[in-house]
Amino acid sequence: MVRKSIIKENAYYDSVTLMLISSKISGMDGVENAAVMMGTDQNKDLMYGSGLIDDQDLAKIDSNHMVIGVLAQSEEIASAVVDEVMTSLEQKKTASGSGDIRTRTSKSASERVGGANMTIISVPGRYAKHEAMRALDLGMNILLFSDNVSLEEEIELKEAAKSKGLLMMGPDCGTAIINGVSLGFANRVSRGRIGVVAAAGTGLQEVSVVIDANGAGISQALGTGGRDLKAEVGGTMMLMGIEALIEDDGTDVIVIVSKPAAPEVMDKIASKLAETDKPKVLCILGGQMESNPDSGMYYAKTLEEAGVMAAALSKGETVGLTDLEELSEDVQALIEAEVSKLSDEQRYLRGLYAGGTLTYETMLIVKAFIGETYSNIPLNKEMALEDIMGSREHTVVDMGDDDFTNGRPHPMIDTRLRVERIVKEASDTEVAVILLDCVIGYGANEDPAGDLARAVVKARQEAEAQGRYISYVASVCGTESDIQVRSDQEQKLRDAGIIVMENNAQAARVAARIASRDQAHRA
Amino acid sequence: MKVSDLFKTELKVVNTGIESFYDALKDQGVPCAQVEWKPPAGGDERLMALLERLKK
Repeated sequence: MVRKSIIKENAYYDSVTLMLISSKISGMDGVENAAVMMGTDQNKDLMYGSGLIDDQDLAKIDSNHMVIGVLAQSEEIASAVVDEVMTSLEQKKTASGSGDIRTRTSKSASERVGGANMTIISVPGRYAKHEAMRALDLGMNILLFSDNVSLEEEIELKEAAKSKGLLMMGPDCGTAIINGVSLGFANRVSRGRIGVVAAAGTGLQEVSVVIDANGAGISQALGTGGRDLKAEVGGTMMLMGIEALIEDDGTDVIVIVSKPAAPEVMDKIASKLAETDKPKVLCILGGQMESNPDSGMYYAKTLEEAGVMAAALSKGETVGLTDLEELSEDVQALIEAEVSKLSDEQRYLRGLYAGGTLTYETMLIVKAFIGETYSNIPLNKEMALEDIMGSREHTVVDMGDDDFTNGRPHPMIDTRLRVERIVKEASDTEVAVILLDCVIGYGANEDPAGDLARAVVKARQEAEAQGRYISYVASVCGTESDIQVRSDQEQKLRDAGIIVMENNAQAARVAARIASRDQAHRA
Repeated sequence: MKVSDLFKTELKVVNTGIESFYDALKDQGVPCAQVEWKPPAGGDERLMALLERLKK
C-alpha cells in the first residue's frame, strides 16, 4: 500500500466541489481510500485518522491549505489520483469562462456588479454570521444556505436584517425565486402573480412547480429557514415576507408553506394575513384547518393542493371541490396490476428522499393507508429509527438530513447514498414498494433520474433472481425549463419500470395504496 | 428600505461559497460576482473574535 499526500498553499475550493472530487477518486480502481479537503482542524483529524496524512503533514497543514491524501495499491495509481484531482480542479476553473467576476471580498464583489442588493452565502456555519453581518452592513438581502448556525446567531441576524428592511432568508435555507431569478436550489418556473413564503425548501420547490404545471406563475418565492416559526425567532422573516407580498403590486395571491408553528407565531401570521384582501393559501403540513372562502383564506392539506388552489385563484377561477385524492381509472388499474405481482410477505413501503419537506408530506399522506412510519425525522418520536442506515417495517427517510449528510454533499447533488440504499431495500423480502423523489433544477445533480434509474434496474434484477417483484414509484420535482428537463428525467425513470406520478402527493398516495393493498389503515 | 422595494429593482447578486450557485446566476444572465472566500484570519477563531471586537 502506497500513501501519498499533497499540500497546496493558498488554495481554496468550496466543500461541495471537493467532496464530489473525493467521491470520484475514492471509487477509482486500486484506491483503498482517498480524499481532497481544505485543511481545517476537523478535516485534518479525519484524514489523519484514515491514514491519508502523516504526523509531518499534520504539523504543516492549516485551513488555508488544500490537502490531497491517497492510499493506493501502487505509486502509479497514487499519482494518477493526484492528476485526476488537479485536472478536475482545472476544469472547474476554465469552465468559468469569460464574464466571470471573482473577487476576494464581498465589498469589492458588490462594487463590481454596481451595488449588489442580494447575496447567497454558503460558507461553513461557524463563519456564516460574520459574513452575513457584513452583507447586511453593505445593504444586501441574504439567502443563507449555511447550516450549523446557532439559534442565537439566527435571532441576531434577523433582528439586524429587520432593522434595515432587508431579508435574511435562513439559515439552512437554499431556495428562493426573486424577480424571476432562481436562487440556490430552485427550479425555472413561469413568472406570474403568485407569491410564496416558505419555511420549507423543497416545499417551496414543489409548490412552485405545481403552480407552473397548472398554467400559472410565481411573482416572488421567499424562504425563511426552518426555525423561523419557532417561538424564539417569532416568525420574523415569515412576517416580513408576507408584508412584502401584501405591498407588492405584482402579487395577487399569497401562499404560505410551513409545518405547524408555535401558537403565538401562528396568531401573528394570521393577523398579518388578515391585513390584505388578496386571496391566501396556507399549506401548514400536519395542521388541521378549514378553508374560509369568505375571508379569502384557503387551507391546503398537501403541497399539490396548495399549488392547484393558488393557480386557480390567480386565474380567477373558483377553487374547485374536485377531490385530488380521487384516482383515475388508469391509476386504479396500475395499482391493481402492481399489487397482483406482490407476494403476501411483501408488506412494507420504503421512502427514500432527498427533500425534507417532501419526506414530511409523504409521512402525513401515507398515514391514512399504512399508519405511522419509522423515520429519521418521524412525526412521532416513538417512530424514530434506531439505526438510520437500516429500515424497519414502513420507513420513510430524509437522506438530506444532517445525520446522513455528515461530511458528504446533499443527496440532491450526490446520489451515491440513495443509490446504495435502493439496492439494499430491494434485498429485503418484506418490501413491497420503494418510493422516491427526484428533485431537479439549479444546484441539483445533472442527471438524478439517470442515477436512480440505474440503481432501480440493478435492484430489480437482484430481486427477480430471487423470484421477487418490487414496485417502484417516483415523482420529478421540476419543469421543462430546468437544465435536466423534466420530461427527459421522467422518461428515464419510466424506462426503468418506475411508476412516475405528477407530483409527490400523488406518488405517495399510489405507493401507500400498493403497500396497503388499497385498504385504509385501521388504527 | 423595504423588502418590497427589492421587487422593483434589478437583482445584482454576490455569491459567497458553492460554485454551482454562481453558475446558476450566470446561466440566468444576472449581474453577479463570485467571492473567492477563505476563512478570515487564516481560520484562527480567537484571532477572528479579536478582529470582530476591534471593528466595533
